[in-house]
Amino acid sequence: MKVPADWYLILALILFVLGGVGLLIRRNVLVMFMCVELMLNAANLTFVTFARTLNDLGGQAAVFFVLVVAAAEVVVGLGIIVAIFRRRAEATADDVHILKG
Amino acid sequence: MSSAHLLAAVRILAYDGAHNPHAEHLSVGADWAVFLVGAGMILAGAFGVILLRNPVHCALFLVITLFGVALEFINETADFLAAIQIIVYAGAIVILFLFVIMFLGVDRKERIAAEPFKGQRPLAFALGLAVLILILVLTGGITWTTGAHSLSGALLGGPGPNSGHEGDVGLLGQTIYTRFLLPFEMTAALLVIAIVAAVVLARSRHRVAGELSVDEQAAVAQGRPLPGAPEPPAASGGRPTAGSGRRADTEVHR
Repeated sequence: MKVPADWYLILALILFVLGGVGLLIRRNVLVMFMCVELMLNAANLTFVTFARTLNDLGGQAAVFFVLVVAAAEVVVGLGIIVAIFRRRAEATADDVHILKG
Repeated sequence: MSSAHLLAAVRILAYDGAHNPHAEHLSVGADWAVFLVGAGMILAGAFGVILLRNPVHCALFLVITLFGVALEFINETADFLAAIQIIVYAGAIVILFLFVIMFLGVDRKERIAAEPFKGQRPLAFALGLAVLILILVLTGGITWTTGAHSLSGALLGGPGPNSGHEGDVGLLGQTIYTRFLLPFEMTAALLVIAIVAAVVLARSRHRVAGELSVDEQAAVAQGRPLPGAPEPPAASGGRPTAGSGRRADTEVHR
């Protein structure tokens, strides 16, 4: 008898909400990126849980692709952050309002 | 139900394995123990990420969360995903975060109490709580998991051709290279594009010596203006000296 899937889904839900709250309350761009990683991991957890519950390989394949896309996202995001830091030595998201019309 | 399970798990774990003739009971306890340890790590790490003020500490707590998720993956017979979770996330992504934090020198504490918008923080907490309760209400009372089984191949074997291959890496590899071949190729293209984009974004605006052509290198060595560069403005009347005009933005870094 395994741990029921509900428990994993509730855990993933809590992790997703924590990531979303962190994204809203933090001002450091790097920490906001880490919160996005938390939300991605919550989604991965649900994928693996449904893969086990429905006995389906597609869920695990989806996690594989999410990992790759997360890596690409982090690379581009950190490149953008480095480019922004070249111009202004500030770490918070509120200072990057140049695009505001 | 849950407290009874917990009690049973604790009682079974307290037993020595040699004294316990019911091997499946031990596995029940082990499953719950791994789940609870993983859940604790996940939640502790997540709270650390969103509450600590130093970005370096946030990155280290992110590692704890990722290890917890890897534990849950192992508990759900996704061993290969647990391995690449640790290799890719903890080994590459968090290291990248730490590199950028150190490189930019932003490892100072954030003034977490400063609010640019009035009431942003309580509003964020209320929104998170609302989402939590909303999803629980929407999904509570019904079966969490519905839908067709084994649409893209059976994971845990059974009577099909996959029997005896529980959580096998080979199955996942076969699926990725046959059924999900197009997404796989697209992620390969995405990675190449991301690498090129990162290099373009992060490179300095000055060209390094390796990026100059042979003619340009000869021009730099002889102190001439670079070939193809516009003539420097002759407003001052004098000859362009070394380091003026076009050469200023193609400064050679070593």
